[in-house]
Amino acid sequence: MATIIQGIGAAAALSSSNSFDSKRFHLPSRRSLSERKGSFLVVRSDGRVIPGSNPRGRRTDQLITNAVAAKADASAASTASKPGHELLLFEALREGLEEEMERDPRVCVMGEDVGHYGGSYKVTKGLAPKYGDLRVLDTPIAENSFTGMAIGAAMTGLRPIIEGMNMGFLLLAFNQISNNCGMLHYTSGGQFTIPVVIRGPGGVGRQLGAEHSQRLESYFQSIPGIQMVACSTPYNAKGLMKAAIRSENPVILFEHVLLYNLKERIPDEEYVLSLEEAEMVRPGEHITILTYSRMRYHVMQAAKTLVNKGYDPEVIDIRSLKPFDLYTIGNSVKKTHRVLIVEECMRTGGIGASLTAAISENFHDYLDAPIVCLSSQDVPTPYAGTLEEWTVVQPAQIVAAVEQLCQ
Amino acid sequence: MSPAFSASSTKIIQPLPLSTTRSHDKPLFDPLKSTSSSSFLGSTLKLRFNSLNTSNHPYPRRRSAVVAVSDVVKEKKLKSKASFSNLLITKEEGLELYEDMVLGRSFEDMCAQMYYRGKMFGFVHLYNGQEAVSTGFINLLKKEDCVVSTYRDHVHALSKGVPARAVMSELFGRTTGCCRGQGGSMHMFSKEHNVLGGFAFIGEGIPIATGAAFTSKYRREVLKEADCDHVTLAFFGDGTCNNGQFFECLNMAALWKLPIVFVVENNLWAIGMSHLRATSDPEIWKKGPAFGMPGVHVDGMDVLKVREVAKEAIGRARRGEGPTLVECETYRFRGHSLADPDELRDPAEKAHYATRDPITALKNYIIDNNLASEAELKAVEKKIDEVVEDAVDFADDSPLPSRSQLLENVFADPKGFGIGPDGRYRCEDPKFTEGTAHV
Repeated sequence: MATIIQGIGAAAALSSSNSFDSKRFHLPSRRSLSERKGSFLVVRSDGRVIPGSNPRGRRTDQLITNAVAAKADASAASTASKPGHELLLFEALREGLEEEMERDPRVCVMGEDVGHYGGSYKVTKGLAPKYGDLRVLDTPIAENSFTGMAIGAAMTGLRPIIEGMNMGFLLLAFNQISNNCGMLHYTSGGQFTIPVVIRGPGGVGRQLGAEHSQRLESYFQSIPGIQMVACSTPYNAKGLMKAAIRSENPVILFEHVLLYNLKERIPDEEYVLSLEEAEMVRPGEHITILTYSRMRYHVMQAAKTLVNKGYDPEVIDIRSLKPFDLYTIGNSVKKTHRVLIVEECMRTGGIGASLTAAISENFHDYLDAPIVCLSSQDVPTPYAGTLEEWTVVQPAQIVAAVEQLCQ
Repeated sequence: MSPAFSASSTKIIQPLPLSTTRSHDKPLFDPLKSTSSSSFLGSTLKLRFNSLNTSNHPYPRRRSAVVAVSDVVKEKKLKSKASFSNLLITKEEGLELYEDMVLGRSFEDMCAQMYYRGKMFGFVHLYNGQEAVSTGFINLLKKEDCVVSTYRDHVHALSKGVPARAVMSELFGRTTGCCRGQGGSMHMFSKEHNVLGGFAFIGEGIPIATGAAFTSKYRREVLKEADCDHVTLAFFGDGTCNNGQFFECLNMAALWKLPIVFVVENNLWAIGMSHLRATSDPEIWKKGPAFGMPGVHVDGMDVLKVREVAKEAIGRARRGEGPTLVECETYRFRGHSLADPDELRDPAEKAHYATRDPITALKNYIIDNNLASEAELKAVEKKIDEVVEDAVDFADDSPLPSRSQLLENVFADPKGFGIGPDGRYRCEDPKFTEGTAHV
């Protein structure tokens, strides 16, 4: 199952200018938002790919983000009953961005190839012709400087969104992100605010090599004054994008290269999500599995196996990587007494490590077993497919970990 | 001249005479050689024999077709000479400049005293000797214009109008400081006065300044605020001019014609690294034309010359004609910071620049031209003494930050601290207001 998702992602990654047309799956040609009907292909959040012909007529084909292996009474079905419209994840991000640009003329985008080219993963496609080159600014390849420029613009009243063409490139802007984005509000005694959003494609893709397959959450999480969120579905991608833009705090929004072509039906009416809240993906009783971004799909795939084996796992997409939603997480721990963390982040000093510490500090008395954290390996992401697969957590490992924890 | 160059135009300004004169038995870089054949002031030896006006240089220092501003300045001077008096300033302007420079000097001297008396800590970088640059430029700004500074930022803040009390209190780490005691010597900010900081790392302020200039352009062209003609000044030193952010921002500013002036305060030394030992072509102003903007070289020890250049450069930016790079050749009279023993710089070099003290120079100009009397200048000095004394008293009497301040200002929206186990936002917890929460 994982390979199917990866296959789609790989097509996106390899032909970034043409990310929608995945030859492998014979997707219909590039479609605009108005062409939502007709033949289509649904990538479910559990990784299943289902060809279909009429999305509106076949309810089972609609993507239900949290319906996988869900119990009958899962609240998830509500998503499907909305009329809504279907979007791929990158289109959902784009829609959120466009709505905010429409709402507030101070919102602008800066980055490499965000304008005329439409973004490396097409998140800003069509925005430059609509809003002009200054609002959707193609910058020279100078990450540290254009990030600093966005911060200077934010200090003086604009609300820039900085796109890292690949999030790994933002390592070149680390000084600006840390010293100025994160700390300047404090050092200025609260006088200046930095309402920027830093976003872009990250995570381990499919054989993109070490530098383009960075797991940056661990690097950024210690910076004071910055919030970090990771999106995983078209629904939460749009809602988090809008929330991040509206926040007065600097926010890093993590997108995953392999999730851009996920499809989901999202509401027509406007919505904004909370930057601080986790998302209950699948309620359960036996164990709490905390995950985010792409690993959510590995977890959901494992969950299916686990359900067949008689387990009832609770799956939470923590979404807010900093700060953690200790309420949702805590309630789950109090219910299941067992915690498994599944992340793509580096093991040393990663999100999982911080999460483990936070749970131990706050909910130690509720735990019946030590927290288990499955992280990706502390190796530079290898190029070879086999090695790369062994670097990130696979569903079978999740199943094994749950079985061991629930013994 | 190397063959590659001789084939092309003769107008090419050769960066250094080294390539022609160097023989194989000589080291790649010979500071003595290059300084003696260059008019550049930043030499560790034989400095006294160099002067800006020497004419027998092996290559022309400031003869480039692109140096638009200085040409304009020259023309302007000629015109004004013809029509009015030959004075560059009025009495009021002269006194204003003098007051600002004296304030900068006295304030910094007081800082040194207070530092040695244990009233302030950390790295404190004083501006003594460079006052002509801050005063010459910032004095011409409007309140809405922005200033971006470095770790040597006290005097830039003062020139921009931040009260001496607020700056001194910040240095004392008091709540009345311009950043509530949260910034310190190297992080002076004032939103009210559009001082965008105090940046302590080399070069990181330049992109911020470029962003502020971008906002001006954005407000005019996207938000349709036709009257937005705000200009941003980015101050930085010679050491910064070898940093990528400098080059990256010169490119972007010229590319988008941003209303910004890059002001290089070339004091010849980056802590212990001589500018000449760090830079392949020490003439920084030349890098402006390379990016399509005027580059100007000005005597940074002469406030009136700085002011003339600044007028033109700021005017250019305000008119939407784009950025300018100005290299002000100046000198710091003290060590890099108060923690620097300053043992590397040649005493002769220091003595040479001491004779070129920009405050004395302005004083002489004012008196020689009968703009004001000695007594009037004395009155200014007395007034400033009182201002600085008052700033110290004020800072000393100001309260230290209380614990409750600790967690304020980490996030503009304190929801950034997240949701606690009880389901409420953690910032609502009284411990957060008290500053005792563990974050």
